[in-house]
Amino acid sequence: MSLTGVATSTRAAYTVGRVEDVPPGEGRAFVAGNVQVAVFRLRDGSLHATQAACPHAGGPLADGQTDLDVLVCPLHLYAYRWSDGGSSAGLRAVRTYPVRDVDGDLVVDV
Amino acid sequence: MARTGTHPVLGGRLAGLTSLRLADNDSLDATDPRGRLVVVGNGMAGARFVEEVLGRGGGDQFRITVFGEELHGNYNRIMLSPVLAGEEHEDGIVLNSHDWYADNRVTLRAGIRVERIDTAAKQVLAADGSITPYDHLVLATGSRSFIPPMAGIRDADGGLLPGVLGFRTIDETRALLAAAAVHQRAVVLGGGLLGLEAARALQAHGMQVELVHAAPHLMNAQLDAEAGAILKRSVESLGITVHLDVLASEVAGPGRMRGVVLADGRRIDADLLVVAAGVRANTDVAVLSGLEVQRAVVVDDQLRTDDPDVYAIGECAQHRGEVYGLVAPAWEHARVLADVLTGTDPTAEYHGSRTATKLKVAGVDVAVMGISAPERDDDEFLVISEPRRGVHLSVVVRDDRLVGATLLGDTRKVAALAQAFDRGSPLPEERIRLLVDLSDGKADVGVAELPGDSQVCNCNGVSKQGICDAVAGGCGSVGAVMDRTRAGKGCGSCKGLVKQIVEWAADGDVAEDASAGWYVPGIPLAKPALMAAIREQDLRSVSAVFAALAPGGGEDAKSKMGLTSLLKLVWGVDFLPEKDGEFINDRVHGNIQRDGTFSVVPQIKGGVTTPAQLRRIADVAEKFEVPMVKITGGQRIDLLGVRKEDLPAMWNDLGMPSGYAYGKSFRTVKTCVGSDFCRFGLGDSTRLGVDLETRFQGIESPAKLKMAVVGCPRNCAEAYVKDVGVVAVGNGRWEVYVGGAAGATIRKGDLLATVDSPAAVIELTGRFLQHYRENANWLERTYDFVPRIGLERIRQVLLADSEGSCADLDARMQRSIDAYTDPWGQDGKQPATPGQFRTSLPLIALPQVPVR
Repeated sequence: MSLTGVATSTRAAYTVGRVEDVPPGEGRAFVAGNVQVAVFRLRDGSLHATQAACPHAGGPLADGQTDLDVLVCPLHLYAYRWSDGGSSAGLRAVRTYPVRDVDGDLVVDV
Repeated sequence: MARTGTHPVLGGRLAGLTSLRLADNDSLDATDPRGRLVVVGNGMAGARFVEEVLGRGGGDQFRITVFGEELHGNYNRIMLSPVLAGEEHEDGIVLNSHDWYADNRVTLRAGIRVERIDTAAKQVLAADGSITPYDHLVLATGSRSFIPPMAGIRDADGGLLPGVLGFRTIDETRALLAAAAVHQRAVVLGGGLLGLEAARALQAHGMQVELVHAAPHLMNAQLDAEAGAILKRSVESLGITVHLDVLASEVAGPGRMRGVVLADGRRIDADLLVVAAGVRANTDVAVLSGLEVQRAVVVDDQLRTDDPDVYAIGECAQHRGEVYGLVAPAWEHARVLADVLTGTDPTAEYHGSRTATKLKVAGVDVAVMGISAPERDDDEFLVISEPRRGVHLSVVVRDDRLVGATLLGDTRKVAALAQAFDRGSPLPEERIRLLVDLSDGKADVGVAELPGDSQVCNCNGVSKQGICDAVAGGCGSVGAVMDRTRAGKGCGSCKGLVKQIVEWAADGDVAEDASAGWYVPGIPLAKPALMAAIREQDLRSVSAVFAALAPGGGEDAKSKMGLTSLLKLVWGVDFLPEKDGEFINDRVHGNIQRDGTFSVVPQIKGGVTTPAQLRRIADVAEKFEVPMVKITGGQRIDLLGVRKEDLPAMWNDLGMPSGYAYGKSFRTVKTCVGSDFCRFGLGDSTRLGVDLETRFQGIESPAKLKMAVVGCPRNCAEAYVKDVGVVAVGNGRWEVYVGGAAGATIRKGDLLATVDSPAAVIELTGRFLQHYRENANWLERTYDFVPRIGLERIRQVLLADSEGSCADLDARMQRSIDAYTDPWGQDGKQPATPGQFRTSLPLIALPQVPVR
């Protein structure tokens, strides 16, 4: 717990790319600091970022399919909620990161 | 919990009955704008009705008052037998405690008997002298034990003689338990469900029990004579003496019950008489109030009596001539009436119940639904009787629908039968399969016997217990269980078993998945309606379909792939592609592997290659350091472990079209060497295979399509087990098989037709594929589609042109063929979206696939 606390308290912002690098509805993988993240631009324009590898079996989440509620891993089709990273199938939650659009730059806090 | 000495109030408050409000409260509430809803009766029906009303927000609409004749809160009357048998503590059967009523602002007048309703003044007159006005009144007075007219059964005051008890309430159950503790001999009057349970329970307390039943066999209301006889043997084997076909005429005194005299003169000495000889609806209040009463209070389809503001539900109601003695109809009444009164559905109607019950009677499993014996000349009646095992099973089938079933001693099939009974679903052609599992070569174990830890879904590692836990955890439909556990979501071959287990675990109480008939889960339309809407509203992209047809316009990730496929089918070249509507395989035209790399399978039509092609593939494999090169089952070469970012360059170097080894589409045609070299070949299977693959390459479909052509019936390329399989049979003739499979499901294809030229094979194949594309559900393979539609029907449509659709099918297939472009040639040069081939996993160590 304390480790997590430290990590959270020392969050840093990284510009990982441009918003247009992520096509609408798709995801792309980036490196923020030394953390690999998957960034998604949903059809409503909102941005989301998660850990890049699926907690279930390491699948590339950036290759998954999305809607406004969930991200679906391409390997075994487990779905994770954007809201809290949790999975309806009861798997370990996926880690989410704050991400925002700063003048067209994708900025991720890790 | 000390329960000695006193008779505590079941579900009462520890501090006493403080939740009881006084009638005066009504006058305090004079300014309350809510309507006054009064329920007379606090049993299974009345309390459930109040719950249903509250569940619809009725607490804000109504001031609710419930009169209960018993002092207790609401308890589960069905569970009195286990309480009497000592298997259940009485605290465990409380459904709604006094606190519950208080918490929900419901006034419970427990222990107050209602005497009469003044329907003109709209007031309830109770035995305590109180007057309670109402706007809506619901009678849920239930029923009481029928006390047969036996000499000496009542004392001078008209009450039951000491030692004579009914078995309807918790107070009676307590009295029976007390009697069982001090007496040795009991007589139970009545060989129906209640009597048998009472006999069994008292016998379990060590009493010597004799059961007297007026009819010639036990449970005569539910069972036929033969089944009744088998039940009698089972009951007698417990040590209970059974006297049939005889009336009990007299209770012997004096002062208390000391014996029972039968009509034939025999006398049974005993200290306790339990009267369980049927029930009568409690209609006194209704009769005194001037309501129409026959066997029970007469109600219409909205449970309304002949007074427009008075309703009756449960066992005291008579609907369309039926009075039900089971809880399920009472709860249906409660739902309908709650819909009507709260305005949730003012037009809700009750149309009668199809009653199916499963119970344990005196230790014997019994399930009964519908009629127990044939009634018409052409009713089918199947009986399996095994008296030695105490098993008697029967079904009655009318017009191909199950109208009755009786299972005694073995209720394993009850879930499937209850479903068939409730929904009128199709029955197996061999009726015996309704009652027993016939082995089809494989060991067909009933789901009940399956051990909990046995793996059901091998793809996702889900055990039977996992499925049962999901049901217990509230998943009410097969789809919900599959979503929760992912059982059946891999190869899908276990779906049938998953369904059976869910039905078994839920005791048949499974909701029909509304979405089961939808093409994709996110759009509430079946495929034909969805296709029509797409055409009518000119929807050409996945996002346009969601916006126009999804509830609230919301997109659904798991529906996108199926919609993309369907839109390609409907619009061909006029489809507006959106990359996020595609699965990753389709986005990058390769099959994703467990480590996030892809497999590359070039087209090798009919499995016929050349040294030049092989050399090129070898060079490319070396250049890109492909970890594994594998000959596939589809007679092609698979380059495995290719990084996403290498795909375009690799395609460029290969210079070959995609083999579509990744899509829900036409994939490959296997062939044998046919007539060119084989000394047995009867037809040029390689040529035909290459021609088929050329024509149908890349055609998207509801699920993958695999084909094969063989030059003789030796079937070297396994054409009998393909989605479309073609077999040369000599004299220029070819057999076309459809719906075969040799994957997770094994099925020999059905012979669609025998035709006399390769051109006819190609034409018929195209027509079949188009029919399948337009009518199959998403991910429905041909091996499910063909049996579902029926081979005969497919023949009529495709061969006899019974719908006049053949020319259109051919034309639409041609349109799809004309829209073909090789995806590798296209996207390899110019990415379809930014970063289409960017790696998604460059840094993190992945589960390593061993390199051989």
